[in-house]
Amino acid sequence: MVSTAETRKAVEDVSADYKYGFVTDIDTEKAPIGLSEEVIRFISAKKNEPEWMLKHRLKAYKMWLKMEEPDWSLLHYEKIDLSKTYFYSAPKSAADGPQSLEDVDPELLETYKKLGIPLKEQEMLAGVQNIAVDVVFDSVSVATTFKKTLNEKGIIFCSISEAIIDYPEMVQKYMGSVVPMHDNFYAALNNAVFTDGTFVYIPKGVRCPMELSTYFRINEQNTGQFERTLIIADEGSYVSYLEGCTAPQRDENQLHAAVVELVILDDAEIKYSTVQNWYPGDKDGKGGIYNFVTKRAACRGVNAKVSWTQVETGSAITWKYPSCILQGDGSVGEFYSVAITNNHQQADTGTKMIHIGKNTKSVIISKGISAGKAQNIYRGLVKVMSNAENARNFTQCDSLLIGDRCGAHTVPYIEVKNPSAQMEHEATTSKISEEQLFYCQQRGLNIEEAMGVVVNGFCKDVMIQLPMEFAVEAQKLLGISLEGSVG
Amino acid sequence: MLEIKDLHVEVGGTGILKGLNLTINAGEVHAIMGPNGAGKSTLSYAIAGKEGYEITKGSVTFKGKNFLALECHERAGEGLFLGMQYPVEIPGVSNMNFLKTALNSIRRYKDLPEMAAVEFLKFIRSKASELKMDIEMLKRSVNVGFSGGEKKRNEMVQMAVLEPCFAVLDETDSGLDIDALRTVSEGINRFRSPENAALIITHYQRLLDYVVPDFVHILAEGKIVKTGDKDLALYLEEHGYGAIENDAA
Ligand SMILES: Nc1ncnc2c1ncn2[C@@H]1O[C@H](COP(=O)(O)OP(=O)(O)OP(=O)(O)O)[C@@H](O)[C@H]1O
Ligand SMILES: [Mg+2]
Repeated sequence: MVSTAETRKAVEDVSADYKYGFVTDIDTEKAPIGLSEEVIRFISAKKNEPEWMLKHRLKAYKMWLKMEEPDWSLLHYEKIDLSKTYFYSAPKSAADGPQSLEDVDPELLETYKKLGIPLKEQEMLAGVQNIAVDVVFDSVSVATTFKKTLNEKGIIFCSISEAIIDYPEMVQKYMGSVVPMHDNFYAALNNAVFTDGTFVYIPKGVRCPMELSTYFRINEQNTGQFERTLIIADEGSYVSYLEGCTAPQRDENQLHAAVVELVILDDAEIKYSTVQNWYPGDKDGKGGIYNFVTKRAACRGVNAKVSWTQVETGSAITWKYPSCILQGDGSVGEFYSVAITNNHQQADTGTKMIHIGKNTKSVIISKGISAGKAQNIYRGLVKVMSNAENARNFTQCDSLLIGDRCGAHTVPYIEVKNPSAQMEHEATTSKISEEQLFYCQQRGLNIEEAMGVVVNGFCKDVMIQLPMEFAVEAQKLLGISLEGSVG
Repeated sequence: MLEIKDLHVEVGGTGILKGLNLTINAGEVHAIMGPNGAGKSTLSYAIAGKEGYEITKGSVTFKGKNFLALECHERAGEGLFLGMQYPVEIPGVSNMNFLKTALNSIRRYKDLPEMAAVEFLKFIRSKASELKMDIEMLKRSVNVGFSGGEKKRNEMVQMAVLEPCFAVLDETDSGLDIDALRTVSEGINRFRSPENAALIITHYQRLLDYVVPDFVHILAEGKIVKTGDKDLALYLEEHGYGAIENDAA
């Protein structure tokens, strides 16, 4: 954390021209409740940001004020009262949150056990206070070696806050170039109040020698509810980035509104994999996270390639459309998604593929699984612009229903403005079969394992896209996510 | 090993089994024959604990334990294997993975350590070659696109891998060509031992030429109506079920 004297100075600097006066006590750990210009200045000052960043935030805030919270026909939830939300709280004080594992939802702990997560890590994930990070992770040394290798290759992998200070030109050039601040209600909000996130730059011709994972950084900082990620793959480079972890994470913040921007230049490739497993709430849906994410990739260069792979099992509500803007000729966008909803969870996910360049290609494979009383919606847009000669798309959307109180909806939009486009669309909806479950159970699998096997089979086309280290855990997770949905 | 007493089973509110008695001791092989719809598969499902097969009366004891109190997978863990009349397809799940998951579930139930990947591979290769199953078939999704005969042979591979002590084989001989029938019969004979027992459901006396049963039962109208030795199967082949039912009446 920034030292108090420095912070005070920064605040004084920014508040000099602040006409309503700056009254907030800088020593408090939380910004004042609700959202206001004052709160934004507070955040920016706390983070020691340069002037341009503060301006960026304030501009976004002004836009946001004029925007309406979207209303989706198929999602039902109680709106969050933003005037009663804290937008910034400094690294958690020991007084907040559970003091020991005894204060944590036993069901959550049960899940950790099933995933085989060591006790110390369980404490960290559950947000138990006062645990020494170096005890939690033996990986401090791992992380150091890791950083050294990256440095040698000229790869930048740091927090977005550091990048704002250390690489301002790059951040200014690319931030907001893929997801403009006025893109949508939550993106605007994120621009105004984001507290941290990740920055990655892969230089020309460099193949990142390891999977970059936020998991390595989880001990370094609490990224908070408005996460901001920016990844730039320069010409001919390659990187595989992993976001999230399979263990369900708890957070006191109910609303999560991240923005992820990927920029891919000539012949470069980004593979972005997510396992999202935020706390979905209890059986009645209480206390779950609302996850409203804007993720977008711009294939700016010739033959640029991006692939999004996501396994979404958590959150009470997920609203998320990782999208690809296929601008460079011959660029390729891929979207592989597994979304599981159980109990009262709702997921509205899908993708947008915007074909702008010639000979661009996109692939969409979406597997939606609903159980309990959950709703699962696939919403996809494939758009072929008039100059996009020979654009090709293949879309496959499969839904699997478990029980008869859940729902699956597929809403595909196709907009083609160039007659040379080739579009293929396949969709299926099926129910999990009692016969399959019985077959597995007769071979010794308990009902949960049986479900896991059948569901993993259903999702295979997506799961094989995940990096190995993720895939094994994700497979376990699928089974666990569906517990209690049958029998 | 297995003792069934006065078993009544309903499916969807309809009584299918109506007071069935059957005792099978370790080391014995029993065959059950009977007309279509008599309730043979129903019996196998009731023993295995399939959902929807409601036991309204009677008892099933397995190695002295009340089998009806156990869940389906626990019964498998106790050593029951059911070779199904219609093996199910599980898309996206490789046969090999499925077998490994199943084997390790059962080993866990028995408090045995899980089998590691390398050891498992060796194990399954030997089992597959015993049953003349092409290794390539093990890489394919469980039963997906398998021919009728291949599915049945796959059931036998599973049985060989899971090493049960009691096997119910529901028309495992149907759809097999002559060579496959011989291979499967050899598999059953290999399984035969003083510790193991089997219940073979079949329509054809043919299988019983290779696997000679200790007892042959006729199941009709929800009950065992006649019990004999392998000659009963021969008699049936000649005279049909009509003759037996008339006898019984
Ligand atoms: N879900 C169900 N609801 C009602 N009746 C059922 C149901 N399932 C099976 N049955 C009936 O139960 C009876 C016994 O069926 P079962 O499959 O046990 O016969 P089987 O002896 O194995 O016949 P086969 O020789 O043709 O395999 C049949 O009349 C069948 O129609
Ligand atoms: Mg039958």
